[in-house]
Amino acid sequence: MAGIEVTALHKRYPDGTVAVDHVDLSIGDGELFVMLGPSGCGKTTTLRAIAGLERQTTGDIRIGNTLVNDLPPAERDIAMVFQFYALYPHLRTRDNLAFPLRAEGLPKAEVRERVDAAARLMRLGSLLDRRPRRLSGGEQQRVALARALVRRPRAFLMDEPLTNLDAELRADMRTEIKHLQGELGTTMVYVTHDQVEAMSLGHRIAILNKGRVEQIGTPLEVYERPASLFCAAFIGSPPMNLIEVEVADGKLRSQGGLVLTPPPGLPRDRCLLAGVRPEALEVTEPGAEGSVPARVVSAEWLGDEIIYVVDHGDQRDVRVRMPPTGRFAVDARVGLRHTGGTPAVYDVSTEELVA
Amino acid sequence: MAVSVNEAVSTGPVRDHPPGARRLGGRSRSILEVALLAVLAVVMLFPVLWMIETSIKENRDVYAIPAKFVDFQVTSEHFKDVFVASGGGRSALSVSFLNSVLVAGVSTVLATVLGVPAAWAYSRFAVKAKKDQLFFILSTRFMPPVVVVVPIFLMYRQVGLIDTKLGLILIYAAFNLPFTIWMMKGFVDEVPAEYEDAAMLDGYTRLQAFWRFTLPLLVPGIAATAVFALIFSWNEFVFAIFLTSSDNVRTAPPAIAGLIGGTTVDWGLVAAASVVCALPVFVFAYLVRKHLVAGVTLGAVRR
Ligand SMILES: Nc1ncnc2c1ncn2[C@@H]1O[C@H](COP(=O)(O)OP(=O)(O)OP(=O)(O)O)[C@@H](O)[C@H]1O
Ligand SMILES: [Mg+2]
Repeated sequence: MAGIEVTALHKRYPDGTVAVDHVDLSIGDGELFVMLGPSGCGKTTTLRAIAGLERQTTGDIRIGNTLVNDLPPAERDIAMVFQFYALYPHLRTRDNLAFPLRAEGLPKAEVRERVDAAARLMRLGSLLDRRPRRLSGGEQQRVALARALVRRPRAFLMDEPLTNLDAELRADMRTEIKHLQGELGTTMVYVTHDQVEAMSLGHRIAILNKGRVEQIGTPLEVYERPASLFCAAFIGSPPMNLIEVEVADGKLRSQGGLVLTPPPGLPRDRCLLAGVRPEALEVTEPGAEGSVPARVVSAEWLGDEIIYVVDHGDQRDVRVRMPPTGRFAVDARVGLRHTGGTPAVYDVSTEELVA
Repeated sequence: MAVSVNEAVSTGPVRDHPPGARRLGGRSRSILEVALLAVLAVVMLFPVLWMIETSIKENRDVYAIPAKFVDFQVTSEHFKDVFVASGGGRSALSVSFLNSVLVAGVSTVLATVLGVPAAWAYSRFAVKAKKDQLFFILSTRFMPPVVVVVPIFLMYRQVGLIDTKLGLILIYAAFNLPFTIWMMKGFVDEVPAEYEDAAMLDGYTRLQAFWRFTLPLLVPGIAATAVFALIFSWNEFVFAIFLTSSDNVRTAPPAIAGLIGGTTVDWGLVAAASVVCALPVFVFAYLVRKHLVAGVTLGAVRR
């Protein structure tokens, strides 16, 4: 097992596409590290560079303490699970699992033992003699995972391994992967564009955008204090409300009259945006204490919660997440109140978190 | 979509016709179709049928006037003549068939062995000016053989490849290579590169990954492609007649053509030899019938 260090990674494809502009990652030994970002931001490319399937244009990659820039994938001792599982179609499950071990030249008895152990772990017992075509998506996924862990590699790389599964199975597999990783304690780099997956799995999350790292942090940090406007808009569903504010009398004031507690150390004379999560706001009866007058523009009832879009005289409408009790009608006159703590504040010009 | 006046004006009953039957009445249309197809079939198949008939007719029935279609004497003499010389021993024709087998077989193997890895490389790697290269490769097939046969004849004379089986093998392999690359590229494109990626992570080198994982998946495609190459080499006439002359080098097509042109032509023998020559092509064409259309579009294989 080993940590992974990626330094100043840059990858330009022969056709001129810069897939990865500049990426630094420091992934700890035994960590479950998630790379999250929109489609085309360079997640797969970064992962493939770590695996050695793609040669980076510049930058260094270290696995453990070894510089692996010039090592072929076979010598990096890493296992990868692909979005499309890449199980060898002409081999039975058993042989699919055994193949990497035979490549290492392990004795037959040990191969059988390890295959059986992995099969037990992933509950593949009855599937061992089937070919991939006769397995369901979830089963193929389990076989792919088993094939990755049968080798006991130094690290796992996962490229959106759950995308092809339906929602329920995805949730199950997510739990399973998290549990497995904890059990084995093997470093895992997990790529996804699904923020729920990222939040629930990752010890730490790196948010990538256009080939650059926007933020690295624990799920909580990433959620509570997105490092940039991009992260603020990317994480959370619905995302953070970004409200234009001014500093006056030691308070942050929006055009619509909302008053927020400022974080310490705010710069003066700059255009600022306060990031307020939908659950840090509350729709109240009109004129309730501490509320500003507002109007419900629309309401989306999601079963366990309601998302209100509310106009409170600001340029932008805000979204408010509320429990499904106490419904307000569309167009109703209501109050809007901030109930959260200190908001994250962004500079409009640099698009970065200022405090 | 064209809406006929009929349909636009009237309601109800017209809609009951199947969609294709609007312009002509359903019945007259299908009669016309069948008639046209029948004429076409007769025109295409009659020579083949006549060839097969002639190959099993007694000589006097072959030359009978008016021609006999049904009540002729059946014989296997002609087929015997194809393989056995008049004085006993091997006939020149049978030698030419063996030559054809050798030349077509080896040239196909050569084109496949070179073409499949090339197709793989074009499919998997970022090659400079890939499209231009592929177009150039294809363009070598644009011209008919007869255009290049004279320069090739001159070159072959210089290097001593005239009238050798090796010469034919090389030229056929060269002609089949572009076809093999294009058709195989289509097949390789369909095998996800992830198989090789996975194999490389599992500890194999790139070549091993290709050899052990991609190649087995390509076998049906390789078989289909090889059959096309085989049929081309087997049927090839222009190069064969220009580049070879002696009986022990000649392939079957020029050898059969050589039967015609004396003072008397043994049509029974010509027909029997043609049947023998056509047989493998029939068999092979049957084997790859699914791929025939794909092959015609040269590698643009989409399933
Ligand atoms: N082989 C290639 N040649 C040229 N450009 C490529 C190649 N592979 C990827 N790209 C480009 O590089 C960029 C990043 O691709 P990458 O596959 O890393 O994105 P990703 O973050 O994994 O996206 P997704 O979530 O859709 O999988 C994209 O703009 C893509 O078009
Ligand atoms: Mg990707």
